[in-house]
Amino acid sequence: MLELIPNQLGFPLLSLMIFVPLAGAVILLAVRDARAARWIALLFSIAEIGLSVPLLANFDGSIAHMQFGESLPWIKDWHINYRIGVDGISVLFVGLTALLTTISIMVSWTAIQDRVREFMIAVLFLEAGMIGVFVALDLFLFYIFWEAMLIPMYLLIGVWGGPNRLYAAIKFFLYTLVGSVLMLVAILAVYFSAGGTFDVLALMNHPFGHTFQMWAFAAFFAAFAVKVPMFPFHTWLPDAHVEAPTAGSIILAGILIKMGAYGFLRFSLPFFPSAAISWTPAIMTLSVVAIIYGAYMAFAQTDFKKLIAYSSVSHMGFVTLGIFALNSQGVEGGLLQMINHGVSTGALFLAVGVIYERTHTRMIADYGGIAAKVPVYAAYLLIITLSSIGLPGTNGFVGEFTILLGAFQYKAVYAVIASLGIILGAGYMLWLYQRVAFGTVTNPHNEHLQDMNLREIAAALPLLVLVFGVGLYPNAAFQVMHASTENLIKHVQAKAALAPVAAQAANALLGQ
Amino acid sequence: MLTSVQEILKQLVPIYPEFVLIAFALSVLVVDMFLNGRYTHLLGWYSLIGIVIAASMTIILGGVQGAFFSGTVLLDPFSQFFKLVFYLACGLGILIAMKYLDIEDIHRGEYYALMLFATAGMMLMASAGDLITIYLGLELMALSIYVLAGFMRKDSRSNEAGIKYLLLGAFSSGIMLYGMSLLYGLAGTTNLDGILAFLRTADLKNPVLFLSMVMLMVSFGFKVAAVPFHMWVPDVYEGAPTSVTAFMSAGPKVAGFAVLLRVFTHTLDPLHADISLLLSGLAVLTMAVGNVMALSQTNIKRMLAYSSIAHAGYALVGVAAGGQEGAASVMLYVLIYAVMNMGAFGVVIMLRKAGMRGEEISDFAGLGKTNKTAAFLMLIFLFSLTGIPPMAGFVGKFYIFKSAVQAGMIWLAIVGVLFSAISAYFYLRVIMLMYMYDPKEEFGLVQSPALALALAISVTAVIVIGVYPTPVLEFARASVAGLL
Repeated sequence: MLELIPNQLGFPLLSLMIFVPLAGAVILLAVRDARAARWIALLFSIAEIGLSVPLLANFDGSIAHMQFGESLPWIKDWHINYRIGVDGISVLFVGLTALLTTISIMVSWTAIQDRVREFMIAVLFLEAGMIGVFVALDLFLFYIFWEAMLIPMYLLIGVWGGPNRLYAAIKFFLYTLVGSVLMLVAILAVYFSAGGTFDVLALMNHPFGHTFQMWAFAAFFAAFAVKVPMFPFHTWLPDAHVEAPTAGSIILAGILIKMGAYGFLRFSLPFFPSAAISWTPAIMTLSVVAIIYGAYMAFAQTDFKKLIAYSSVSHMGFVTLGIFALNSQGVEGGLLQMINHGVSTGALFLAVGVIYERTHTRMIADYGGIAAKVPVYAAYLLIITLSSIGLPGTNGFVGEFTILLGAFQYKAVYAVIASLGIILGAGYMLWLYQRVAFGTVTNPHNEHLQDMNLREIAAALPLLVLVFGVGLYPNAAFQVMHASTENLIKHVQAKAALAPVAAQAANALLGQ
Repeated sequence: MLTSVQEILKQLVPIYPEFVLIAFALSVLVVDMFLNGRYTHLLGWYSLIGIVIAASMTIILGGVQGAFFSGTVLLDPFSQFFKLVFYLACGLGILIAMKYLDIEDIHRGEYYALMLFATAGMMLMASAGDLITIYLGLELMALSIYVLAGFMRKDSRSNEAGIKYLLLGAFSSGIMLYGMSLLYGLAGTTNLDGILAFLRTADLKNPVLFLSMVMLMVSFGFKVAAVPFHMWVPDVYEGAPTSVTAFMSAGPKVAGFAVLLRVFTHTLDPLHADISLLLSGLAVLTMAVGNVMALSQTNIKRMLAYSSIAHAGYALVGVAAGGQEGAASVMLYVLIYAVMNMGAFGVVIMLRKAGMRGEEISDFAGLGKTNKTAAFLMLIFLFSLTGIPPMAGFVGKFYIFKSAVQAGMIWLAIVGVLFSAISAYFYLRVIMLMYMYDPKEEFGLVQSPALALALAISVTAVIVIGVYPTPVLEFARASVAGLL
């Protein structure tokens, strides 16, 4: 089955990607000057992008195995290893994390004036945690990164957030923590059930009994569904997004909420396939509910950020819909849509951040007709809006289309309801754009609005490139992920077919 | 004559560390009389030297194992592990006390002497091979702590704390002695191994046996502050001088767990099924009451008091799980708990200065702006207490719940992690105040080299154990081997 191919580069690439941001954070501890702190953080985040170049260039998309593998003993008594590697499912997230972190630092350049150094430390610490989550191939190691990330994110929202930040920060923390600790117990149960290993690749091949799978899947689901967030565990997201600073929102929407869906792909499906299949109808239903409900709620919002937050709930519904269709289109589409959503929603929050820094209001009603005043900004917002809707030629179209193909194969009715969500999505996004950009300037404060400056354009540009790049040539992305997703589907089907046998064998052993 | 003295000295080797501490304590008392209240902080450093000497002796004696003095004192890796935790707790306790005692104007030599006596008592508890030795050690510890709790003679809260602790402590000692006498009546011996040998062949259904076990559980539960025997904790913790509270929350509690482990997982092992059931009930209650009551506290010492109750609950989960792994997880947990809790109290103590009590949680408002280092340290200690990686607190809890799952008590682990998630709320509230509110007024913090040293030791331990727990974990696992 899946193997860990040792890193061939001559230097520990993935470890560097984890520890370079950490080193940046430690260096920042000694820096007093805000200006220097910004530059140091930016340099370290760009170095991280630099590291992701050899990663993507040397990644072999034709095989499903874990690449750039590193494995060191860590806590021998518990059979815990520092074991990392990437495959087609995780490699793009590593690159996206590096990119979005840099963009976050750039958009915070002038927006963050208070405690700049601490802010940058939190962002870099968070980046290390996010990379770690995507590359960890030991459940214990994964859990360490998964929880450690909560600390900087909590601080980002709580210290640099909006007026209601305290409530939002604690809500975010507690929701995620409750889900995570249930997963922790399941991780321990998995560990003992599999004879004492946290090795993800070994656990993928371990035949767990069906009843065990059902419980363990539910516990992992608690952690991942909160993170995604799936309806009805989504209520922390609008609060967190609204109150978070722009950088926090970009990272939250771009990376953090993808981790839930990533967790399904990396752990839940391969470990507990027969439970996944049993749970599928419920999860598919929750997904379409999220799609429609999120879109419906987005219509009602008067707050720019809250609208995008609810649209995220809707879009992540597509992702889980695709993943749990459990066929290659669905999973590939879901995976691609995660990247797409990271790009488009990251870009949308960037757009909100840019305008908020000038006007200090997030109310949609406070805008109107600003296209005439800030043409570059309006054009940027338009492209991102269209990408978010899923206009052909942009990235959003490819992802959603593939997901619908997958969902249709599973059951046509889900695809039909979900496509309703696409129409609704077009509705609220275009309506939003119309209210913000078109017409005459309704708010006198906006008469002298400044257009995007060079720094902001530079931050936005890579996202635009990705919008069209993936939209016009999606194969580049599919090629990277194809072998891994195919393998995942095959693995799930083969192992699910085995599960009843394993359960019978276990029962026979227990003398029942 | 000379040879017989040498002979005696030779026989006393196993309790040299205890002797050293008691000798230092007595000399502190004598020297303090002549110093007349001057240079008392030198006595603090002097006591620390005593601790270092005793600690080195314990390490050197690590190779010596066995039962001494007719089996009343045991030297084994288990007792050695706990003794090192006590040295750490006592050392940190002295370091954070020095400046604080000046501010409270209670800087007298007896303080250090009592700390050393208490530590010697705790060591005796960990080494006890006999019910009588347990009682001796426990009383030596408890009597010293009663006095320490009431050390602020002119403060009514401190007096109340001392008296309350004394009365309830005496009551719990009475229950313990009753339980011990019943056990002696059944087994005909007070020797722990002897009792174990008796139980292996005895009728385990005997209600008197059960009663004596419950009585021991009540009195040990009192020492570790398990619910429902925790009533004294909030008032005593709040009223006692903060440095004593810090020490109490680490030292005596850990000593209580040493005895708990020795008696319940070793001596009374044949009763494991009953014990495990009762202890898991206690653990659930303790976690529930500790965490829920901590939510509504406004005084930081009371909050940490309830938090220390909750942490006793987590450790009880490990005792309930039992076996090698359960015991080892408790040992690792109490070690980690001791350093992180002492660290948190170290920061709390910095807020106490003339004219300001610094005990309200709201006093922490804006600390992230006025004193970045102190706030950052507190942040690390609080996240560690919550059990968030990469802090040591996570490793401790992980091991506890791991041993619970291994023992087949998944339900107990689930209850534990959920209460642990609840605890995030009150720990984070302090972080929120420090970083997300503006300071009420400009204030400087009390700083001293001793305090800085204590904080440096605790924060290093919290992070190093959190990131690379292997050495301490191996140490704990190796130390438990002799117990079972």
